[in-house]
Amino acid sequence: MKKWRTYLGLLLPLLVVAGIVLWPVVTKNVSSRESAFTILKAVALASSLNILLGYTGYVSFGHIVFYGFGGYVGLYFVNEQGWSIWAGILAGGIASGLLAFLLGKAILRLRGAYFALATIGINEAMKAFINNFDLFGGPIGMTLNFSVYKAYGGAAKALGMSFYIMAGLTFAALIISHFVRTSKFGLGLQAIRENEDAAEVMGVVAPDAKTWAYVLSAIIPGMVGVLFFFKNGNVEPAVAFPLNSSIELLVMVMLGGQGTVLGPILGAFAYQGMRGYLVTSNFFKNIQLSVSGVLLLLIVLFIPAGAVGWLRQRIPALRRVLA
Amino acid sequence: MTVLLSVQGVTKRFGGLQALTQVTFDLPEGQILGLIGPNGAGKTTLFNAINGIYPPEEGRIIFREKDVTTAKTYHHARMGMARTHQIVQPLNELTVRENVMVGACFGRENQGLGRAADIAAEVMEFVGLAVKAEQLAGNLNVAQKKRLEMARALASRPYLLLLDEVLAGLNSSEIGNMVEIIKKIRERGITIIMIEHVMKAIMNVSDRIIVLDYGLQIAEGTPQEISNNEKVIEAYLGDPKLAERLLQED
Repeated sequence: MKKWRTYLGLLLPLLVVAGIVLWPVVTKNVSSRESAFTILKAVALASSLNILLGYTGYVSFGHIVFYGFGGYVGLYFVNEQGWSIWAGILAGGIASGLLAFLLGKAILRLRGAYFALATIGINEAMKAFINNFDLFGGPIGMTLNFSVYKAYGGAAKALGMSFYIMAGLTFAALIISHFVRTSKFGLGLQAIRENEDAAEVMGVVAPDAKTWAYVLSAIIPGMVGVLFFFKNGNVEPAVAFPLNSSIELLVMVMLGGQGTVLGPILGAFAYQGMRGYLVTSNFFKNIQLSVSGVLLLLIVLFIPAGAVGWLRQRIPALRRVLA
Repeated sequence: MTVLLSVQGVTKRFGGLQALTQVTFDLPEGQILGLIGPNGAGKTTLFNAINGIYPPEEGRIIFREKDVTTAKTYHHARMGMARTHQIVQPLNELTVRENVMVGACFGRENQGLGRAADIAAEVMEFVGLAVKAEQLAGNLNVAQKKRLEMARALASRPYLLLLDEVLAGLNSSEIGNMVEIIKKIRERGITIIMIEHVMKAIMNVSDRIIVLDYGLQIAEGTPQEISNNEKVIEAYLGDPKLAERLLQED
């Protein structure tokens, strides 16, 4: 009985994501597959960021660095060393996890605004480094040899396959998010979020717990980066480390509800939907990012717990379902 | 009689302020030690030194025959030392149950979630918070938050419990309840050091009392000895004869 209840919170997130995955499968429409890919990518990245932001309470403004760095490393192995996409994705995830581990040891001792500032600095420093790193093509970046797609039955098939890999990565992000939230490790993270000093007094080894949370939140973005650049066929520094995407991820997590499994999924879905409308509207297309800014401001002022958090506070009966 | 905690010549400075000077005592297992003194005497600083929040500049702290002077506070928790805070530190957005489970999960016994939930249920019952189990800790009142501090500390199944003013801010019936809880904790064989300003309560429950004033140990003894000690009366009232004169004027 108890076991069954633990998994209840996972039900709704899985259904929502399954719906997004099935949408293009049912319509057999390439453009809806592209939209679904973008939404799934946002869901996977936002859910990963949520492990650090929502569960642990550390605001990372530069989380996209893991997406860019992992993506670069993976694409390098796929393109230059002839590795398969699977090995490349694995390499990207490991590279980002390792980067997070090393960075975590250095900057997770900072708290609040200082940590947030350090994460921006890291993203910009990494962009500058890659810009000057010849192995990864410097400022020009890397372009995938089209022969790479041959192994997967040509470009069209490779793109189709990428969609299903993206779906797999998104499910993986959800399951990680759920298990972190319902585990003892996650309880320790939430204790750190609420009061790090008190958590340490109770025996939570905060430096280690925070580092592992950072690593866990970095792995899936690294893998998504590899997949996205593989699908796009190229990568360059400005595309790999966009600071505004980092901030959009924050908006998604805050909008849906930080610290819940479902929140970042709904937030990513709603935000991508809104973004799709804004960039095609004549009036908003140039000021699309300022709309995100205003949205973030409104969330922080009026519903700091996000949509899911707001519902949980109002209707306690929903707490088991809206985990 | 085994010594559970030995504090040896502990000295702590904050810049030019001498917060603790050569504090030395042994605490045998199973006792309740009262720690009293005027505001700013260094009582909470002594707790912070014992608990690994600020390691002392000089001296050693031996807990269960291990030197823990420079160990981190989470190592102390794992070894069986738990504390409550003078200014309550609830994990606001977690439920009361989850707060108490943190104590059980990361304390001495390092329990898994399932067993921690059982321990939490038992401890919440013990301190009288069972009906509040599913409420968010941030919504409790002060007396309940003090009980929550106590419950979290107990859930870790400590050998030594440091209680920092658990009675402050409580009304007299709440104080009565809390004193009963403290006595029951002692019956479970847990050793306690408590800081308290409510004299009647601390004189009533302590086996031994240490008095700090400006970081110095000015007196040590049974509650009886302490209440008749001139230095102690002077520290509190400023003048040893003041009490007498006040009485004569009536």
